[in-house]
Amino acid sequence: MHISQVLWQFLIKWLTNSALFPREASTIAPYADALYFFLLTITVIGLVLVGTLIFGFSIRYRKEKHPVAEQIEGSTLLEATWTIIPLCLFLITFVWGAILYFRIYTPPANAMNIYVVGKQWMWKAEHPGGQHEINALHVPTGRPIQLTMISQDVFHSFSIPDFRVKREVIPGRYSTVWFQATTPGTYHIFCTQYCGTNHSAMIGEVTVMNPEDYQKWTQESTSGMSLAQNGERLFASMGCNACHNGSATARGPNLAGVYGSKLTLTNGSQALVDDAYLRDAILNPSEHITSGYAPIMPTYQGQISEDGLIDLVEFIKTLQSNYRVQETLTTADSNQQAPTTPGAVKP
Amino acid sequence: MSATSSTILNLPDQRTATLPKRHYLNNEDGLLSWLFTGDHKRIAILYLISITIFFFIGGAFAGLIRLELLTPQPDLVASDTYNKLFSMHGIIMVFLFLVPSVPATLGNFLMPIMLGTKDLAFPKINLLSWYLYWVGGLFIMAALVLGGVDTGWTFTTPLSTHYLNTHVVTAALGIFIAGFSSIFTGLNFIVTIHRMRAPGMTWFRMPLFVWSHYAASILMVLGTPVLAITLVLVALERTIGIGVFDPTKGGDPLLFQHLFWFYSHPAVYIMILPGMGVISEVVSTFARKRVFGYTAVAFSSVAIALFGFFVWAHHMFIMGVSNYSALVFSLLTMLVAVPSAIKIFNWAFTLQKGSITFETPMLYAFGFMGLFTIGGMTGVFLGALGMDIHLTETYFIVAHFHFVMVGGMLMAFLSGVHFWWPKMTGRMYPESLSKLAAVTTFIGFNLTFLPQFVLGYLGMPRRYHAYPPEFQVLNVLSTAGATVLGVGYVLPLLYLAWSLKYGPIAGNNPWQATGLEWQIQSPPLTENFIEIPVMDHEAYDYEWLAKKMEQEVTTVG
Repeated sequence: MHISQVLWQFLIKWLTNSALFPREASTIAPYADALYFFLLTITVIGLVLVGTLIFGFSIRYRKEKHPVAEQIEGSTLLEATWTIIPLCLFLITFVWGAILYFRIYTPPANAMNIYVVGKQWMWKAEHPGGQHEINALHVPTGRPIQLTMISQDVFHSFSIPDFRVKREVIPGRYSTVWFQATTPGTYHIFCTQYCGTNHSAMIGEVTVMNPEDYQKWTQESTSGMSLAQNGERLFASMGCNACHNGSATARGPNLAGVYGSKLTLTNGSQALVDDAYLRDAILNPSEHITSGYAPIMPTYQGQISEDGLIDLVEFIKTLQSNYRVQETLTTADSNQQAPTTPGAVKP
Repeated sequence: MSATSSTILNLPDQRTATLPKRHYLNNEDGLLSWLFTGDHKRIAILYLISITIFFFIGGAFAGLIRLELLTPQPDLVASDTYNKLFSMHGIIMVFLFLVPSVPATLGNFLMPIMLGTKDLAFPKINLLSWYLYWVGGLFIMAALVLGGVDTGWTFTTPLSTHYLNTHVVTAALGIFIAGFSSIFTGLNFIVTIHRMRAPGMTWFRMPLFVWSHYAASILMVLGTPVLAITLVLVALERTIGIGVFDPTKGGDPLLFQHLFWFYSHPAVYIMILPGMGVISEVVSTFARKRVFGYTAVAFSSVAIALFGFFVWAHHMFIMGVSNYSALVFSLLTMLVAVPSAIKIFNWAFTLQKGSITFETPMLYAFGFMGLFTIGGMTGVFLGALGMDIHLTETYFIVAHFHFVMVGGMLMAFLSGVHFWWPKMTGRMYPESLSKLAAVTTFIGFNLTFLPQFVLGYLGMPRRYHAYPPEFQVLNVLSTAGATVLGVGYVLPLLYLAWSLKYGPIAGNNPWQATGLEWQIQSPPLTENFIEIPVMDHEAYDYEWLAKKMEQEVTTVG
């Protein structure tokens, strides 16, 4: 085991230096590469086998050497062999690939969430602390990062080859991907789904930093408002707090602690409240009427950008009590920042 | 080029040989006799000329794409132009070349003869399908001339429906119409195979070429209508905004992906299965042996066709299909790879104890086997879920499907054209040149597409007009390869055209092959057979052929 790890490191170093192989800069990369080398090996073996058979038979049984062909019907044993062996190899590949897939697409619970909005033709990253970046993404090493992504127009696809992760960014729905960067440096972010004229210019750079440097970066590039605080402002300015004010007689359901809970809707179905649910409930409220409430909420389709939706969702996520909602009632007019509550993400 | 340079070529004495007096080419004269023909062989020739035209148009676009990618900067064409180039390249090559290539040309020509009948079941529908092909083709050309289309051949919504100001509807309409030509061809083949086989031609005496066309026809008939519906929906979404794909109207953008790939994955098998049929014929003929495990090869065609319908979502592993449906589609994808592996080994073992010669069609067939093995195995990379995440939408996938469809299908097509050329025209082509073309194509192809696998794993995305400079070396290699490949494609065009007038007379059966088509005159009569043959032996029965040839010698003597 130990020696093979040493050999692995040697192989990777050599390949990376020869520029035939991308850098391994995330925790998942070695797993992806291991499967890659397995597949490469069986491909080469298969190709050599087929090549040997063709060349071997061609030389051995060419007409000059073997003027009369011997007719053979077939051989069940041989045919079973080349059915079963590829089948087994492919099944191994399937299981291996599936394990890797679940590993890549199942974010750990403690992952730090960053939002990414794709639009023609740029990547906009939004950190919970309110830092915005265009075609750039700063992340610390050693910490799982989850990207919650959505497109504002067409399909895009977020890809960091050196991390071996990629995920389609879809209009109208959140998709997620996660990674844990291992090596400080800068790496390409590509848009890999064809998205129109400047598809190939939709390139970004992810900068991986030590946790201390990252800390410094967050402090230097803050805009002074966290996403939740932006959301809070939006919540007030769009008049959401008029109905969702948390009181017993309110016309809208209480939003405190709603994130992660299960709601019973008027049609009797149960809905888990997550980012996607909240977004959709803002855009298509008539399809998500909480049991006990009248269908009076208007749609906000077209009135709010994807960035704004992210802010609102972040705000609702942080609502553990109605304290903040009620605070917004008083701060909405005065255009002042509400006092911070403990536990909220600071800019 | 003389008959002696070949090891088996059974050409008649060139000093006395002539083409038969009457054959399907000179039976009637004049352009109208071609435009109103019901003869499947003439329709095949019409198709052959048509797809060749489109192949070279599509190929020219490929050349421009590779030229642009010589440098990392976007310097040869503007990005909109580049997007139109790869879109038209894809649309033309897929819908106007690859899908009709073998079925509409070789399939049309040979199917009735191989089955021992005078024509396809519906000769007029067959002619209609050629007209539909051209109407569709002209719509696509119109989209090109009016200013092009930049959706890619995949027409991804909402990009194609809401964000592009190009001629999407015109191009979609073209594909819609051309699709019907494919449906009609499939229908014609299925009915012909079921109803018109000669006496004694049981299912398991049919050549494997016919089996592979049977499987492909099922896909054409069942799959193509779904594509047609999808494109109608795209056109409606674009023109009147019905909202099936638009999330702001409650539509689902992923629905398009499901519908599109429901056709377009099986379409890959529509393209490749007929090619596999060609390879079975060629390998058997030049090894002078029955195809090893005939039944397994026949059934593997049908298995590929059936499994082929249940793997479409493997194009969507990173698009947010649920993890569990991803599992199912990945598993089915692995299963569909098995029949392909079976075929490769069956062909390889057909060579065992054969009496092998290396004529041009065989060289192309060897090329096919090598390239298709690489294409198929790299498909397994993409079917493996976690691996697909890194590889999809990169040059790896570009290389993979070019290996399958160009390395595989086009090699098979060229193999078939060289194999049946003497039957279709009655003449041979210059052998040394044709072998050179086969080798050039093989080398050029590998040089073009092998570097793209590496580029893909490095992460270079597909459909990129400009790219980071570290990818340049591999791109230059690839462009150099494309140049060699281009030479490999132009060569056959030249010497085959030359051979029409000056090629040596081929005789009825220059390869000493067993198929029914080789037992009639070259070029065939309009009605194929003077009397309907009785199939009294198995397919690829070389002992039967040897006896028959012996009898002919004694009768003549």
